[in-house]
This record gives sequence, C-alpha cells and structure tokens, in this order.
Amino acid sequence: MEHPIQTDYLRWIVLLPLLGAAANGLLGAPLQKKLGKGLIGVLACTPLVISFMLSLKALFDLLALEPERRFLIDRVYSWLSVASLQVDVAFWIDPLSAVMILVVTGIGGLIHIYSIGYMHEDRSYWRYFAFLNLFTFAMLLLVTADNLLLLFIGWEGVGLCSYALIGFWHHDHVNTRAGNKAFIVNRVGDFGFILGIFLIFWTLEQQGHGTLTFREIEKFVSALEGQELWGVGVATLATLLLFVGATGKSAQIPLYVWLPDAMQGPTPVSALIHAATMVTAGVYMIARLHFLFALAPFTLAVVASVGLLTALFAATIALTQNDIKRVLAYSTISQLGYMFLGAGVAAYGAAVFHLMTHAFFKACLFLGSGSIIHGMGGEQDMRKMGGLRRHMPYTFWTFAIAVLAIAGTPLTAGFFSKDEILWQAFASDHGSPLLWVLGVAGAGLTAFYMFRQFFLVFFGECRADHHTQAHLHESPKVMTLPLVLLATGSVVAGWIGLPAIFGGSLFTAWLEPVFGAHHEVHGSAGVEILLMVISVSAAALGFYIAYLVYFRATVSAERFSSLAGGLFYRLSYNKYYIDELYQFVFVGGTLLLARIGAWFDQYIIDFLVDGSAKFTAFVSWLNGLFDDYVVDKIVNKVADSTFAAGDKFRRIQTGNINSYLYVILGAVVIAMIVKLRYWS
Amino acid sequence: MTDHVLTYMTFFPLAGMLVVLLLPGDRHDLIRWTSALFTLPPLLLAVWLYANFDPAKPGLQFIEKAPWIPAYNIEYFVAVDGISISMVLLTALLCFLCIFASWGIDKAVKGYYALFLLLDTGMMGVFVALDFFLFYIFWELMLLPMYFLIGIWGGPRREYAAIKFFLYTLFGSVLMLLAILALYFSSEPNTFDMTRLIAQSHKYGTAALPIWPFDRLGWGFQHVVWMALFIGFAIKIPAFPFHTWLPDAHVEAPTAISVILAGILLKMGTYGILRINYPMLPVATAELAYYFLAALGTWNIIYGALCAMAQRDFKKLVAYSSVSHMGYVMLGMASFTSQGINGAVLQMFNHGTITGMMFLLVGVIYDRAHHRELDGFGGLAGIMPLYTGVSALAFFASMGLPGLSGFISEVLVLLGAWQKYPILTVLGASGVVLTAGYFLWMIQRVYLGPVNEKYKTLAEINGRELFTLVPLGILVILLGVYPAAVLDLLRASLDELNRTIIPHLS
Repeated sequence: MEHPIQTDYLRWIVLLPLLGAAANGLLGAPLQKKLGKGLIGVLACTPLVISFMLSLKALFDLLALEPERRFLIDRVYSWLSVASLQVDVAFWIDPLSAVMILVVTGIGGLIHIYSIGYMHEDRSYWRYFAFLNLFTFAMLLLVTADNLLLLFIGWEGVGLCSYALIGFWHHDHVNTRAGNKAFIVNRVGDFGFILGIFLIFWTLEQQGHGTLTFREIEKFVSALEGQELWGVGVATLATLLLFVGATGKSAQIPLYVWLPDAMQGPTPVSALIHAATMVTAGVYMIARLHFLFALAPFTLAVVASVGLLTALFAATIALTQNDIKRVLAYSTISQLGYMFLGAGVAAYGAAVFHLMTHAFFKACLFLGSGSIIHGMGGEQDMRKMGGLRRHMPYTFWTFAIAVLAIAGTPLTAGFFSKDEILWQAFASDHGSPLLWVLGVAGAGLTAFYMFRQFFLVFFGECRADHHTQAHLHESPKVMTLPLVLLATGSVVAGWIGLPAIFGGSLFTAWLEPVFGAHHEVHGSAGVEILLMVISVSAAALGFYIAYLVYFRATVSAERFSSLAGGLFYRLSYNKYYIDELYQFVFVGGTLLLARIGAWFDQYIIDFLVDGSAKFTAFVSWLNGLFDDYVVDKIVNKVADSTFAAGDKFRRIQTGNINSYLYVILGAVVIAMIVKLRYWS
Repeated sequence: MTDHVLTYMTFFPLAGMLVVLLLPGDRHDLIRWTSALFTLPPLLLAVWLYANFDPAKPGLQFIEKAPWIPAYNIEYFVAVDGISISMVLLTALLCFLCIFASWGIDKAVKGYYALFLLLDTGMMGVFVALDFFLFYIFWELMLLPMYFLIGIWGGPRREYAAIKFFLYTLFGSVLMLLAILALYFSSEPNTFDMTRLIAQSHKYGTAALPIWPFDRLGWGFQHVVWMALFIGFAIKIPAFPFHTWLPDAHVEAPTAISVILAGILLKMGTYGILRINYPMLPVATAELAYYFLAALGTWNIIYGALCAMAQRDFKKLVAYSSVSHMGYVMLGMASFTSQGINGAVLQMFNHGTITGMMFLLVGVIYDRAHHRELDGFGGLAGIMPLYTGVSALAFFASMGLPGLSGFISEVLVLLGAWQKYPILTVLGASGVVLTAGYFLWMIQRVYLGPVNEKYKTLAEINGRELFTLVPLGILVILLGVYPAAVLDLLRASLDELNRTIIPHLS
C-alpha cells in the first residue's frame, strides 16, 4: 500500500468514453445527417470496448501482484490546491474498483451495443449516445477517483446524465418532470454528502492531516475517534451525512421516490443507469469508506435498518404494479436495500458481490423488458401482454434465467450473493436473527412479484390488440446477443463467490486486501445450510403462490387484492401515497416559501425603498409649500412693506423748498434739545 | 508600452469614446467596429498581464504612480495584485464581448457606444486605482453612463429603474465619500494613498465613541468608518436588504448592460470590501464581518434563491440568481480561511462568466420572441438545439455542477465557511438544492415539453451570438477542470490579506 505502482493507462479507461461523448455531442448531429447512424454507434461503442480491454489489463496487472500490493495509481495533475486542501485528478485501481470498472465497462458495453438496435428509430440517436458515453465516463470517474472530491464529480455527473436521459424524449412533460425529480432528489442527497466531506476534511485538518484522499483518510482515520460536533461523534455524523447522499443516489428510504419515475427514460438507460451501475454508487461509496463506517456502529445500524426496510417496503409495492418496468424499478430499490443490509452488517464483500450479480440479472431483466416493449410496439402494461414466449424465444429464455437468478434459485448468481448477505445479516457481529427473518421474508416477496411478472408476460393468452399481435416479433441479434451474454453472467457470475461450506469465495478472497479478512464470519456449517434451506423455501413459496394465481389461476388475484377491504392492495398500488405526500409537503412547501419571499421582496422591501423615495418627494413637496407660503411670503412681505414704507416716505418728497426747510429746522431744534438734555 | 499597461487598459476605451464621438452618427457599423477596436487592446493587454503577473508575489505589481494634485497629496496611483487581477481580466473580456452583444442596438448608436466606452474606463479604473480619491472618481464616473444606458436604451420601465439604481448607488457613494474623508483627515500626513492608509491601520481608533448609539454598540472610529464603507459596497453587491434595485435595473437594461451590471458592477461591492475594509480596518473587520457578514451572505443565498423560484420573467429569475450567488462570495470572505476567501474571489470571477452567459442567453431569446415570460415558451430544445445546449452549459454551471467552474468556487466557499460557521454552511449548502430547483423548473418550462407552435420558426442562435458566448463557455469548463489557472493568481495576496485579519479575530 505504501508504494502504489504508477501507471499511465488508467486515465484512458475513464477518458475514452468522455472522448466518445465529446465526438458525438459536438459533431454527432451533422455526422448522423451526412453519414448515417452506423458511424454514431461505432463512435459510441469503440471507446467502451477499449475501456473494457484496458480494465481487463488492469485486472491482470493486479493479479500479477501479491495480494497486499494490488494497487495501481495514475496521477494526472493537481486539480485544486488551496492551503491544506490538496486535491489531485488521480485514478486508482484496487481490487474493489477493479470489480466496478469491469461491471461498468462490461455490462455498460453490452448495453451500448443493445442500444444500437433499440434506439435505431430515434431521430436524436447521436444525443442518446453522447449522454450514454458521458454517463459511462462519470461512472468510471466515480469508481476510480482516488479522493472524495473527484468522486463527487462522478457522483453528480452520473446524476446529470441520468436527468438528461430520463428526460430524453423531452417533448413530453411527463418525462421532463421525472428528470427534474431525479435530479432534485439526488441534490438533496448530495447536499448531505458534501457536508460529510467537509466534516471529514476539517476534522482531519485539525489533527494536522487535512486530506480527502481515500488512502490517507484510511491512514489517519483513527484521528476521527473521540472527536465530536454538536455532541455527536464526528465519525457517526460524517458517515450519516455521507449515507444521506447514498440514499439519494441509490434510491433508499426516504429518497427512493425518483427511481420509479426514472423509468420514463429509454429502457437501456433503465438497465444501465437505473439498475446496473449508477444506483449502486451508494453501496460502492460505503464499501470504499468501510474503514470510516467501521468507526460508527450507530451509522452501520442505520444503514442496515434503512436497507432492510427499503428492501421490504419496495417489494410490497412491486407486488401490485402493472407497468413492466415499474415492477423492475421497485425490484431494483428492493435489491439495493439488500446491498445496504449487507454493508450495514459490515459485510462489504457480500454487498459488492450482490452489486455485481444484480448488475447482470437486473440488466438482463431490463433489456429483456426492453425487447418485449420493442416487440409490443411500445406497450408497457403487463395486463395487455401474455403468451409472449412463443413469439420471442430468446427474450423468454434469457428473461427466465434472470428471474430465476433474482428469485434466488440455487446455483444461480442471485442465490449465492443474496444468501451471503442473509447469512452475514444473521451471523456477523452487527447482525441479528431479526434482520435475517425480515430479509428472508423479502426474498419470498421477490420471488412472488418476479414470477407474477414472468407468468403475466410470457404465459397464458396474449391480451394485446390484433394490430400489436400481428406485429409481434423477436428483437434483432444486436439486442438478443447482449441478452444471452447477460443471462450467462446471471448464472456463472455467482460461481466465483461460493459460500465457505462449498469451498469458499474467490470473490471474497479477491477483495480481502481492501476489506481485510476480519470481517468474515465463519459460523457453523450446519446452521448455514439450515438458513439456506429456509430462505430457498421462502422463495419457493413465493414462486408457488405466483404459480397458483397467475399460471394455474386456481386462486384469483382479486381475492388477494380484496384482503382487509382492499386496504393493502390500495396502499401498495398507490405506493403508500408517498409521492403525493412529498409533493404536498416539500414541493408545495418550497413553492409557498418562494412565493412568500417574492411577495416580501416586492411588497415590503421595495415598498420601503419606494416609500422612502415617496417620503422624500413628499417632504420636498412640503418644503416647496413652506417655501412658497412661508419663506416666500416673508420675503414678499418684506418687499411689500419696504415698498409700502417707500410709498409712505415718498409723500415727504414734495419738492417744496419751504417744507424741507421746516423739516430741517424742526430736526435741528430736536437735536439741540436732545443734546442739551442728555449729553450735558 | 509595458510600463503603463494598466493605464493603457483603462484609458483605451476613453480614447475610443472620443473617436466615436467624432464619427458620423448614421454610420452605425463604423461606430460598432470602432468600439470593438478600442476594447480589443485592453483584452490583449489583459492576456499579456495574465502571462506576466507573478503569482508568487503577494504585493502590488505593475505599479504606476505620479503626483496629480500635490496640494492635497492626491496621486495617480494604479496597480494590480491578487485581489484585483481576476477582476481586471474579467472586465477586459466582458467589455469586449459586450460590444458584440450590443450589435442589435439601433437607437442612438453613437451615444450608446460612447457611453459604453466611458463605462468601460470607469470600471477598469475602479479595479486598478490604489489612490482613494482616484478610486472615488472612477466609482462615480461609472455611475453616470450606467444611468443613461439604462434610462435611454432600457425597457418600458427604464426610467424608474435607472433612477432607482442611480439614487441607491449615490446614497452609498455619499457614505463612502464621508468615510474616505474621515480616513484622509486621520492619516498623518494626510493621504489618499491606500497603501499608506493600510500601513497606518493600527492608528484608527477602536475605542467606543461617546455618542449614542456608538457607545452602546461599542463602536469606535474604525467601526463607524467600516460600516459607512460597507453600506456603500453592500448596495453594489447587492446585499439584502439593499438589493431591490438589481432586479429592476437588470430587467430594464439592454442585454449587454445586464451582463456588465451582473458580471462586473456587482463585484465592485465585494472587491471594495476586500480592497478597503479588510486591510484598512482590520479590527472592525474582525469584529463586524465575523458572523454578521457570513449570516448576511447565507441569507442572500437562500432568500435570493427563493425569490428566483417565484419569478415569471426569465431575466428577473437570472437577476435573483445573482443575489443568491453573490451570497456565496460574502459567506466565503467572512470565513477568514484560505479556502473561503480564495473561493470567494474565484466565485466573483466565475459568477461573472456564468451570469454573463445567462444574460446573453436571455437576450438571444428576447431578441427573437420579444418577451421573457417563462410560461410563454416551451419546447425550444426542439427548435433551437444548439441554443439549448449552450444554455444547459450555463445553467448547470450556475447550479454548481461538478466539473464546471461554479462548483469549484462554491465548494471552496462552503468548505472554508464550514470551519467557522458549520450551521450557516449547512443553510448555505441547502441553497444548492433550491438553485437546482428553480433552474430545472425554468429549463423545463422554457426549453422542454411540447414545441410551442407560435415559435416553431424561431431562428437558431447565430454566429455573432455564439461568438459572445463561446469564450465564456470555454472558461466555464476550463476553470472547472483546471481552476489553478485563476486560483494561482489570487492565493498569495489573499492569504496575506487573511493574515492581517486573523490576529484580530476573537
């Protein structure tokens, strides 16, 4: 760890998709017009393929090193340097980020290829691929950043691309509103995230280690111990703030509300961004900072509880949805909940393992649903589907495998990863039997809603109108090939993470240099097998109920939905009215505040400003009156009286010499009298 | 030439004004190109200045000093340091671009460009003047053309807006003049030289004056002078509650003048505080700016964002976003941390480029549709994709999207502020959510949704408009990826400035 190996190719893993985005974003429109869509697809997919190959190279480079030295870094330049804040643009690959870049470029690459077929009719083909490439860049930045601030660029960058792609068909306000919702809800999370970064930085800075680099935070993490802010331990507060960010990005309670609406975007986007990669960023972040979360048992408990609660809550909503993509969306929220459950019991390896297997089977499910929607001419309502297995064999078989995987059927990838999480929830130091029981209940629900979907879509009679039925077709090879590869992954990807009793997990061993070996729990094999059997039985029960209701139709769905006067059904179908509540409280509240603010500005502050101007004008008017009627009156009075006096005195001026002489004589007499009487 | 680079940069536009005045009034294009010709040398000199400025040196550079009115110790004294250099560069750039943004003006073109060039000289002068008297002259010199530019070439309520702007600023100027004279007469020997006034800052009394209300407040001479200067500058920022001239002036002013107002004039408020209040009155700064200025900045952030959200006029929304974003500058400079103060000055620069872009963009659409009602558009993305792309860049930069310039300065400000004021930082950071809210809502109403049939034939953004926007857009991206390009210029001077205040912080 002390002497990471410098390389200079890691940057290209990240930057190549950015170049692709720039090429399509700046030149895509004219290129598409002149040279056709083929070139656009090539421009977009080539960087992904090269990035994937470079990621493989990184993997092999890591494998060639001893486990504890598996660490590559590529420092590009100093990004931000102000006093103690030193942040580089630097990429690093360790076993954890190696997994992530392989998932992002591998599954991302397949989804790029699939999109060539799926988006073929779209006019803004180039814009779609520019954003898809930009997304891949941001996601790769997120998982290879060597410090928190650089990670944050990726963190918000994926949010931007998600916004742009959810609202990709921007002529419809339903889509743009969904995009806005996604961005703003994520911003709420990011608000917490960035405060968490500040708190970590300053606390370390006070100890003389101001840094945002993961390696150094890990090195100095003990400096956070015993530090407090507002009476709360800094490690706890910081991790809680970071977790707020994670609930936004990874759609956990209370910030999950944007993800179902995000299904308004093109379906490959749902597969890539809203299932396989972006939404797992929160899990990655916690795994990346596991050493910090390890100092905050309270936060871990919160993470586990929120994860489990979300897993169950979203699963209950998924039970009743009719939109094929909405079911998958709630399923994604639920599965992310499992990952957080794993992270919350400090089983980071298990969480990341589920992240990876989920990426395969959920991408496969989404792309499968895209293939169905494609074949159905845009229809997404499962009530209008049925019997599609005959028309779309590839889609059917791959979908079936992915459903088996997500339901936790033994030997599929989903079985191994979910089971690992449940086992850790039971047996780890942070776990408890209650967590396990609820987790198993969620697994049962998962099996039910997935098989409900499976039967509704592929079995029974086709309920579509004649026109749609006549045009039903399997999708082209460019779409089915990625499905086949993903379905394969949905099975075999699990085999690298076998439980200890079946020979141990290569995956856990691979991540050991990151998370350390001490997190592993080795309970008794007998208990582990027993628990495994119970959770598989729960899933089997879920399957069986779905089979009875939606395949055999021996039990009618209405009987379920009318339980307790239909209360449960209505709550689930209407998503517990959380959207309406948020809309009223938060959106309404903010808009009300905004209106009050604007009103205050216009009618109070500006009233005072204009008022003081008017007051000044009024005073000057009064002043004018005073001037006219008082000052001027006095002036005029003086003038008038002077004039009047002059007029009176004028009369003396008679021009008669005699009267002058009399006056002079009189004056002399008076003067002499005065002189004699007073001055003598 | 290089000995007098700042003088040339300042007075080239004034020479241009004289030339423009000699041109025949009906030769509009000749007048426009002449104006462009006289704003280009300052821009080129700015590039030269950037290349030759020594970022490691905290003190003044490119000093020019000459006696002007020796009887009163008034000097012609100009120079730049880390506090002003970014503003000088910004002024040179925006003035040049705004000549082109004014191309559409066809009423009394000669008068417009003559006044514009005079304004340019005034603004540049404010940022380079180091003699208080000279500073004041430039400060007032700028006011006059601004009044006419809004009052004659503005929108329907131009006269109200122009008078409001003028009176407000004049009110501040009077207080500033009193403060300048107070400092002049208490210096020994009497001087207007800012560096000397700073050097004897310890002499300005801090003991409470025995007059109500100062005895109650515990304000000494320093505090009273500080507050007089502060109010003068706060009006320019504009800090709550002195901000209501801004929405009116911005909305009524022609596009280029809005760009200048938001891009450069607002910065004079915060620049003045950093250039004068901070070093000259450090004790009062430590006592009055601490918490008060930070709280005011936070209030600006939230209040401005909420007001922006409620607006129905595109330009007014952008105007209120300035109120909000200048709040970050206040919060950052009140933090007295290296990150905060560097972030504040970087935010001044970034706000100049980003808001400049936003006003130019509003101008583009106003020139075509002749209104600015947010609800009167819709679907512009389908009609003017290029325009929409450039707009998105500006708006997301203003939202502080990481990777673009606004993020760097906002994050530095908030990071710096956190150390001193965690609660205020939490509140200030919540402004980031509100900002996303009002910008996204605006983007949705104006650019997205079904195409408005009325505007189906609107022309795409043209070459001249792109020419004004692209340089700013490049800066927005460049400074997001490589902020050192500007930060390196600031650091030495700002850290030095910080060090003069920190000992006085209680």
